[in-house]
Amino acid sequence: MPLIQPDPTFYPSAREAMSAPREGLAYVALLDTAGEGRPDGLATIDLSDGTIVGVHDMSVPGDELHHFGWNVCSAALCPYAPHPHVERRYLVLPGLKSSRIYIFDVKDDPWHPKLVKTIEPETVFKKTGYSRPHTVHCGTDAIYVSALGNVEGDAPGGVFTLDHDTFEPKGRWEADRGPQELHYDFWWHLGHDTMITSEWGTPNQIEAGPSLELLVGREYGHKLHVWDLSKRRHLQEIDLGDQHQMALELRPAHDPAKTHGFVNTVISVEDLSANIFTWYLEDGIWKARKIITIPAEPATADLLPEPLKQFGAVPPLVGDISLTLDDRILLVSCWGTGELKAYDVSDPFSPRETGSVRIGGIAERRPHPATPGRALNGGPQMVEASRDGRRVYFTNSLYRSWDDAFYPDGISGWMAKVDIADDGSLSLDPGFFVDFAPDGRRAHQIRLQGGDSSSDSYCFS
Amino acid sequence: MDLTSVLILTGLGAFHGLNPAMGWLFAVALGLQEHSRVAVLRALPPIVLGHAGSVLITLALVSVARLAAPPRIVSYGVAALVCGFGVWRLVRRRHPRWVGMKVTRWQLAGWSFLMATAHGAGLMVLPITLHNGHGTAELASQSLLATAIHTLSMLATTTAVAMLVYERLGVAVLRKAWFNLDYVWAVALIGAGVSAAFT
Repeated sequence: MPLIQPDPTFYPSAREAMSAPREGLAYVALLDTAGEGRPDGLATIDLSDGTIVGVHDMSVPGDELHHFGWNVCSAALCPYAPHPHVERRYLVLPGLKSSRIYIFDVKDDPWHPKLVKTIEPETVFKKTGYSRPHTVHCGTDAIYVSALGNVEGDAPGGVFTLDHDTFEPKGRWEADRGPQELHYDFWWHLGHDTMITSEWGTPNQIEAGPSLELLVGREYGHKLHVWDLSKRRHLQEIDLGDQHQMALELRPAHDPAKTHGFVNTVISVEDLSANIFTWYLEDGIWKARKIITIPAEPATADLLPEPLKQFGAVPPLVGDISLTLDDRILLVSCWGTGELKAYDVSDPFSPRETGSVRIGGIAERRPHPATPGRALNGGPQMVEASRDGRRVYFTNSLYRSWDDAFYPDGISGWMAKVDIADDGSLSLDPGFFVDFAPDGRRAHQIRLQGGDSSSDSYCFS
Repeated sequence: MDLTSVLILTGLGAFHGLNPAMGWLFAVALGLQEHSRVAVLRALPPIVLGHAGSVLITLALVSVARLAAPPRIVSYGVAALVCGFGVWRLVRRRHPRWVGMKVTRWQLAGWSFLMATAHGAGLMVLPITLHNGHGTAELASQSLLATAIHTLSMLATTTAVAMLVYERLGVAVLRKAWFNLDYVWAVALIGAGVSAAFT
């Protein structure tokens, strides 16, 4: 039933979204450790004290839930396709391994999301030709989903859409993909009708775990692709350099008048560093410039897992980044070294580090203040900033087979929170620690009730 | 054309001009994107012309029908069409797809034409003109006059709202003030259809 007034969680601009009420609940994807044992789950967390309100188990095991999203969001206010009287009430959860997609309704009882529809893998295969759905974004005219590969698990990966009302897959998004083959994340500059996509690797390249051979061969993705969002055509590719392996998360500026954004690369084959690039539009050409290098940290071999022993160092392995809604603070999670860093990116070409906290990490295993005696494994991984840009929540698991390569003792799932001060400095909230060890599953993507800094896009400055 | 018809046409013009989905919101967004009041004002003529084109084509098509078919058949046909469209607007929720934010003036006019047509803007105006005028010349001038009155009213309203939001209120006002006009719109269509059948 359409609403009489616009959904109160929609905001015309990111700046207005910063005045949204404080988030009360978080939804967290939980991955089964064994992969084929118990089903994955959707946990609901009460953010006032970090208690796990409940976990909804998926219907079958083996999904590997990843970056889920909302059915609609602030983009519904966009003036060229306005439909603001819909409701942000469904979470769309893609199973990266199974290619199954779950639709959960959180409206009637936000503490206990209800499964209302399941899109079976065969439907995704048949209607889109893609498999391994990974990231969901609420678009102006449809729900957009990225997929890492084709039905056989090879290239090309791309984007498909789901109908807003029925959630049925509508088909491949690309009208002309040009040279694009590898795929990972996607997002857009709505004010400029431009989509950006990034590259990880095909399902067949990544599912068994990280491959030293592919890495040394520089065969993982290292490019960005620029698309005409309305004509669905490939415009341009930007090569970040093949030493920079795995170009992952895309965080465009939230102000639709701006034409820049940030992307992280996981590992440089030259020095094990992780890097952040700014992409930008100059004289009608999209370009990218490296703005942050986070070096590997030396560590003794006996503290390192097998693949890293020969290097005597821990790579930061930046797996996720998050940009506050005022486009000021970029959060960077270093999953290898166990550090969450904050940079002031008001000037997107000269970032200034403003804060850092350390927790977990391959060599350090640093504890959380709430459990001082307990060495934690995993490290800051999926990171999500609150709408007001004052709080950041993060979890510690990346992807099951990759978790096991870098943390061979098996990741014990947790979620933590840091506060961001006015000057951009970070402090761990000593009282907030969600321990998923009793559940046994690993925590990945976080969504905040009513929206967060990496779900909505805006058409007004 | 009598005074009542003029007032109704003006009122419907104001109603269409008030609806964010008919174009002023697009003009405001383009102004914010370019940080320019001129951009808001530049966007309005194509939007209004596209709307007027949709209204005029609807009136012209029915004028042709009136020249070719008996009046009662046309009246009942129009009534059924307008009511039916109103009911369809009540039950059908659509997610329009359009080019995006970077538009030429022609694309903006085209967008406005499609939005007006998809919402049945011309159909709502139609019954006002249904029972006046005879012969090709008279029907043509009536269609033009009705479109002109409606369009001027729409232009005045949409310009006023666009400038008010851009200069004073800001788009945050949308969150509270953007009432779901779809119901009002659908009811207005059904009402217009009923009046076509019974007047």
